[in-house]
Amino acid sequence: MNARRAAVAAEPEQSTPEAAHRRELLRTMLLIRRFEEACAELYSAARIRGFVHLYVGEEAVATGVMAALGPDDAVVSTYREHGHALARGLPVDSLMAEMFGKQSGCSGGRGGSMHLFDSSRHFVGGNAVVAAGIPLAIGLALADKLQHRDRVTVCFFGEGAAAEGEFHEALNLATLWRLPVLFCCENNLYAMGTAIAKEHAQTDLALRAESYGLAAWPVDGMDVFAVESAARRAVEAIRGGAGPHFLELRTFRFRAHSMYDPDRYREKVEIEHWKEHDPIDALVATMRAAGQLDDADLEATRDEVAGLVAAAVDAAEAAPIEPVESLTRFVTSDREAEGSRT
Amino acid sequence: MTATLVETTYREALRAALREALSEDERVFLMGEDVGSYGGCFAVSLGLLEEFGPERIRDTPLSESAFVGAGIGAALGGMRPIVEIMTVNFSLLALDQIMNNAASLLHMSGGQFNVPLVIRMTTGAGRQLAAQHSHSLEGWYAHIPGLRILAPATLEDARGMLPTALRDPDPVLIFEHGSLYNMKGTLAADAGAVDIDRAVVRRPGDDVTLITYGGTLGKTLEAADLLAADGISAEVVDLRTLRPLDDETFVGSVRRTHRAVVVDEGWRSGSLSAEISARIMEQALYDLEAPVERVCTAEVPMPYPKHLEDAALPQPDTIAAAARRAMRPVAV
Repeated sequence: MNARRAAVAAEPEQSTPEAAHRRELLRTMLLIRRFEEACAELYSAARIRGFVHLYVGEEAVATGVMAALGPDDAVVSTYREHGHALARGLPVDSLMAEMFGKQSGCSGGRGGSMHLFDSSRHFVGGNAVVAAGIPLAIGLALADKLQHRDRVTVCFFGEGAAAEGEFHEALNLATLWRLPVLFCCENNLYAMGTAIAKEHAQTDLALRAESYGLAAWPVDGMDVFAVESAARRAVEAIRGGAGPHFLELRTFRFRAHSMYDPDRYREKVEIEHWKEHDPIDALVATMRAAGQLDDADLEATRDEVAGLVAAAVDAAEAAPIEPVESLTRFVTSDREAEGSRT
Repeated sequence: MTATLVETTYREALRAALREALSEDERVFLMGEDVGSYGGCFAVSLGLLEEFGPERIRDTPLSESAFVGAGIGAALGGMRPIVEIMTVNFSLLALDQIMNNAASLLHMSGGQFNVPLVIRMTTGAGRQLAAQHSHSLEGWYAHIPGLRILAPATLEDARGMLPTALRDPDPVLIFEHGSLYNMKGTLAADAGAVDIDRAVVRRPGDDVTLITYGGTLGKTLEAADLLAADGISAEVVDLRTLRPLDDETFVGSVRRTHRAVVVDEGWRSGSLSAEISARIMEQALYDLEAPVERVCTAEVPMPYPKHLEDAALPQPDTIAAAARRAMRPVAV
């Protein structure tokens, strides 16, 4: 095949709906990666503080799941949720401002990295107590069921949450009441520093979930297509009244648990092995092979997301801080104007 | 014109409030252990399943954390759930949800997500239920910003606090003292919503202020009778709302009587009684003519035998004795 014929063949490939969708997935994953790298840099330079848990390596999970949702669906997330928030479409500016604790942040600066919220996108946090978001998610789903709303609530948590009582209570209750909820267990093999084999007698989490009587599938969480397709199948079934579904998304975080963590509990060789399955590299390779991406496209997308993140950092740093006089706002709804009585 | 009075009980007043809420607002539903087929552990919801059906009178598994958390989620999703927890001791299994989610979401989200949830639970001792069913931990909950804590001690409040709590945009916990369910009395036939902001003077007096709430209100009123026989005029303040506290009412009373006794079925150390005492010091120290007295539950896990349980709890005679101590002239 000569060069001219290849170019002719590539052009229509790049303009297909499939190619456009894949470019969107890639852009989201690159945006998450760049955002997280920026957070690491900012944290190391002491420009942002608190506990910061990065999502690098797990981008395919958030990106694939969110691609299967509609704007009216709800998301309950964890403390490692920058990726979920970005994939859900929360503005980069509002997320970065939240990292800086500024009033222009998505939670008004009150939450920080672990508590990102956006009511307009039904993004219900940012929950930093492991498994505590799961009961809340089934409650949102119960409200939808009682009000006959066609909404699916997606609940993210890690494999560490499967050791908590709330996980088991909530899976039982959700199945018992056939609630429209999609449980997304991000199994990155380590609950902070504890390897899965050291904390679970049965490490097949999909199997355990299945024992509650719900449909549960293991999914390659490093493959964004596999994630999206499983999530679409599950969401469709849930909308059809099939009750809760459970995805065990097998993935890996390339960085330490948090910015505090020296990562003593993992072998370098294990991390390197997983990096060979980098979900972004895998997607890029697939798109290149299909003629859906070239070097110029990739560079342009990288530049575009880097520019967005850099602008968000500048805007966040320049944003005003909240006046201390409003410290006790948002403790109760009804008394914030007059200051709350205690 | 006087309203028609009807004979009722604390339990029936609570049930009437539930029935009204369920009838008037389709967003309201009741959920908890044995609220349906069993009729409620203390028979508060008896008959409501038949009247409103299993969607709205929802029996749950023994999963306090999950169903309280589900109540929070349902409240976020536009419903007005009422969650019943059998006893305050069991509520500790749901403390994560109550404290880390219900009380915190509004603030963590910068005001975006409020939680209009009502949680009812039984509290208190006096029924020989021993050390895992008898405690008064409402003072712990009153420590938590973001919650409103109610303690209905009368038929009017049993009937009227729930509808007001359901209109609150934030989480409200209602503590029903287990010894009150059978309390009989009369209530206006048209009794309805009451305020959930203010403490009230249940018995006016001039010499000493007895400050209490919930299950010890009756004992404190009995103590006031004992004191009256001795010629001591005691004012009895029912706090009603334990968070936020209505300082104005109880401090105002102490400013008039110059003496205070705090009666609290919680343990003494780090208690609500300590908080009230501290607020009196902060706001009315120079009005006091005697140290603030406290009558609390003895610091033991509740024992089973009746005579020991009685000895552990505030009683009319121990309350009256504390008031008499407060009445003694202070040596200068």
